[in-house]
Formats: sequence, C-alpha cells, structure tokens
Amino acid sequence: MKVALRTEALSKQWGGFRANSDLNIVLPQGARHALIGPNGAGKTTFINLLTGVFTPTSGKVYLGDQNVTHLPQHQRVKRGMARTFQINTLFPGLTVLESVVLAVCERRGIAGRWMTTVAKQREAVEEAENLLESLRLLEEADALTRNLPYGKQRLVEIALALATRPKILLLDEPGAGIPSAESAELFAVIAALPADVTILLIEHDMELVFRFAEAITVLVGGQVLTEGTPAQIAADERVKEVYLGEARHV
Amino acid sequence: MSVAAAGARTDDPGSRRLPDGRWHRMEIGFWLLPIAAFFLLPGFLVLGSQILIVALFALSLDLILGYAGIVSLGHAAFFGVGAYSAGLLVTHGWGEPLSGLVLAGAIAALVGYVVSFLVVRGEDLARLMVTLGIGLLLYEAANKAAFMTGGVDGLSGVVMWKLLGVFAFDLGGKVAFAYSLMVLFIVFVLMRRLVNSPFGLSLRGLREGGKRMPAIGSPVRSRQVVIFTIAAGVAGVAGGLLAQTTQFVGLEVFGFPRSAELLIMLVLGGAGRLYGALIGAALFMIAQEVLSGLNPVYWQFWIGLLLVVVVLSARGGVMGAAEALQASLRGKAI
Repeated sequence: MKVALRTEALSKQWGGFRANSDLNIVLPQGARHALIGPNGAGKTTFINLLTGVFTPTSGKVYLGDQNVTHLPQHQRVKRGMARTFQINTLFPGLTVLESVVLAVCERRGIAGRWMTTVAKQREAVEEAENLLESLRLLEEADALTRNLPYGKQRLVEIALALATRPKILLLDEPGAGIPSAESAELFAVIAALPADVTILLIEHDMELVFRFAEAITVLVGGQVLTEGTPAQIAADERVKEVYLGEARHV
Repeated sequence: MSVAAAGARTDDPGSRRLPDGRWHRMEIGFWLLPIAAFFLLPGFLVLGSQILIVALFALSLDLILGYAGIVSLGHAAFFGVGAYSAGLLVTHGWGEPLSGLVLAGAIAALVGYVVSFLVVRGEDLARLMVTLGIGLLLYEAANKAAFMTGGVDGLSGVVMWKLLGVFAFDLGGKVAFAYSLMVLFIVFVLMRRLVNSPFGLSLRGLREGGKRMPAIGSPVRSRQVVIFTIAAGVAGVAGGLLAQTTQFVGLEVFGFPRSAELLIMLVLGGAGRLYGALIGAALFMIAQEVLSGLNPVYWQFWIGLLLVVVVLSARGGVMGAAEALQASLRGKAI
C-alpha cells in the first residue's frame, strides 16, 4: 500500500483551546476517505494544517514519504495537494475562464510571463476550457465569477482545485449550501475523478458520505473518536451518540 | 484581412474574453489628444508636461493598487528617490537626460525592492502604515541631508544637456512636453503588455482572491515583490522626469500630500484600468488649475466634493462610469 498522505501526532492549539490533538491519519493512494464530526470538531482546522494555511503546534505532515510540515502552501500545491474551501474562496472579479486559466498557468509554471498575452497561451486556455466543459461550466466561461449562481460557484471551487492536477484532493464540504438535486451533480463530478487521485472529503450529508467513502474518520473535539469502514461507523454506538444521534435530535 | 481574421476567431478559443492586448480604436484616439495639444495649445504645454508626469506616477500606483491590490499611502517615496537621483546626477556633472532617467528608475526600483519585503508582510492597514512611514522617513532624511539635497531650499541648478544631443529644453516647455509624452507612452505600452499577460492575470488574481492564490500554487509574496519593485521603478522614472523638466527638486516630492493626491487621482479615474490613472491625473490637475484660478484658497473644497460624488455615484471612477454606460448602450442595441 502506497501512502499518499500521513499525519503524525498533528496538533493545533490556540491558547488553551486544542482544535486538533494528536491526529494520526493515513490516506493510501487512491483513498476515498471521509472526515466527519459535529460542528467545531476541528475538521477545517485539519485541512488548514494539511495545506499549510496554519502551522501546527506540534506533529508532522507527510506527503508520500516527504515531510512537508514547514513548506508554504503553494509548494504543497506544486507537490500535488489541492483543496476546495467550505466558504467560496474564488476570484469574484475574474471571469470563470480567466480564473481557471490562471490556475492552469500557475501549474504549468508560466504565470510569471509578461511579454506575451493571456489569449496567446493556447494550450493553457484549451486545457482550462476542457476542464470547464467536463464540469459543464463552459457556457459560463465568460461570466464574471461573482455573477454566477451559488451552485455554479461551488463547481468553480472544484474546477480551480482540479486545474492544479492534484494527486491529493481535500474537499471541504463541497456541497455546503446547495440543494440536494444540485449536489447530486456535484458528487457525480467527484465520483468520476481518476481512481489514483486520493480524496479526503469533509461532508455533513451522511447519505453522501456513506455512498462515497471507503473509510471514515470521526473527529470529535479535535480528537479521533474512531475510524473504520462505513459499515463499522454506521454500527458504532458512540458515533451514533455524538454525531448521528445529534442529527436525529435536530 | 483583419476583418477575416476577426471573423475566424468566433469559433476558436481566441473568441473568449481573455486579455489579448489588441488596441481599441478609442485608445488610438486617446493618444492623439496630447499630440493635438502639442500642436494646437502652446500655452498649455507647461501644465501639460506636469500632467503627463503625474499620469506616469499614477500609472505606477495603478500597478500595485489597481491590479495587485496592494494599498499604499507612501508611493511618493519612490517618486522622490527618482527625482533626487536624477537631480543629483546632473549637479554632479552628468546632464544627459535619457541615461539619467534610466538611472533614476533603477535606483527607485532598488529602494522599492528593499521596501517591498516590509510591505508584503502585512495586511491592508499595516501596509498603509508601513508605506506612510517610509514616505515620512525619506522626507526627513532628505531634509536632514541638506548638504546634498539642499534641504528645504531644494536642489537647484539641475541644468540638463540637450535631449538626444539635439533638442535643448526651452522655456515654453515644448521639448519637456514631447519628452514626457514619449516616456509616458513607452512606459504605458510596456505596462499594457504586462497587465494583459499571464503575470498581469496573476496580479488581478492577487487582488480578487488573495486567499485562493496560494491554494492554486501561486508564490504570492514573490509576485508582490516583483510588482512593487516595478511600480517603484516607474514612480522613480516619473520623479526623474519632473526633476529634469522643471530643473529643480523640492522636498515636497517626498511629501505625504503627493501620495494622497495620487490616490485621489486613481480613484477619480478608476483603478485597475491603466487609462483610469491617466484620466484621473489629467482631471485632477486641470481641476486644480481651474479651481485654484477661481479661488486660490478654497479649491480643495471642490476637489473634495468631486471625490465624494464620484466615489458614491460611479463605481470605478470615470472609467467605470464609461464602461457602465457602454454596457447599457449595448444592452439597448440588442
């Protein structure tokens, strides 16, 4: 089993608050792994530690067998780790195509060029258009991102992550805030990603999680409560109590 | 030929709305204005040169503020460095304008490069304060170093050699105007290339989604350092032009009002569009001339009023209003 991503006793503390404590999580290459847990369990913090937005208080992050704990964000992206954001973090004043072309240019290492025009980067533009087509966003290519309906913006979130051609994709509640009809389309896109891409999904919709994931980690209060296959998690009494039970009460 | 080429574009990727750097007819018309002024309005040339120089300065702020989204309240620092560099070079015996201008830009760029590391670290408020601080620092440094800069008396005796060895700078300002226009246009063309390039797109990315940029693999800090350095260099060229064409450098080149007025011009004209900087500078300078002629004491009242009206009513300044008008006209046509 080839390990794509691994954390070693990863912890983040703010003052006395332990957002993540001693997380040891292993994602084999090609994993379809879900991270669930009630609000405030530290799921997004974990993503931010993995991607380098935050520096961990202690512990390590490994990409393959390489320690990336102290690499800046963009260099982790260069090594194949991409993410989407729970709250849209896009380029509102750029068109959809410009946004994706920008991401493609960054990956190709040509975003620093200045003696040529964007339109002349034919290969990058074509690649961006193909990506938009596969996400059924091509019709919106020339629209400003801020003018898109919310559901389409969630797709742009994914398009920007995919434009980096990730080996590891971290999806932070990709379906947050969109109606279930549209989220089905979104998850069809995710399900169609190449099998060797390692995916870590944070999601609140249990039905989606159980359909998508081969392994699930349950995070509560910044700690791993349990880990297992969807069947094991569904049968776990403690999980029902802290998570599923909570949902039932609501 | 060009029509056929344009027709062929509709089906291929080139028809998409991506920066392609093609010149619009309006742009050509725009650049004919100062050329017309040169021939038709001899009485305007002294003010005209000032406008061209300030427009170049405003362009440099547009690069960092309008495109990359880096706020600055001390951009005059680099203008001042350029002005004193150009001026001191002449008083130390080298009066050749073009090489002096290149040197002024290079020194300002170097200072900008050093300062950029302080600027890119912080968020907006920190940046405002750091840039403001650098401006004040340099102002007082130039004031203290009176043995070199002339202090409050300014640096006089900046007597230039002939431009290209042929054209002597004249009192009517003809050579100064033509020289400033040429420099402005050349720098503008280079900047126009830059903003339409992948690098320019990444600058807009920084402005629009600073948090997203690292997540698509962009080295944010180094991009900011590069553009800040370039902008400082262009500001230095503008400062150098002022020194060379007015043959004098005063302390006010470093002054806070210069940085603040520059911001006003850019907002009036419309940031992030290049032409906004040019129009804003022209509008501000002409308004200043006219209003201070009407009432030398209270002219800022009207500038203030104009600023408030433009900011509240026209998003994106004059250029933004023009674009909105154009869009609504096109909408009606369809």
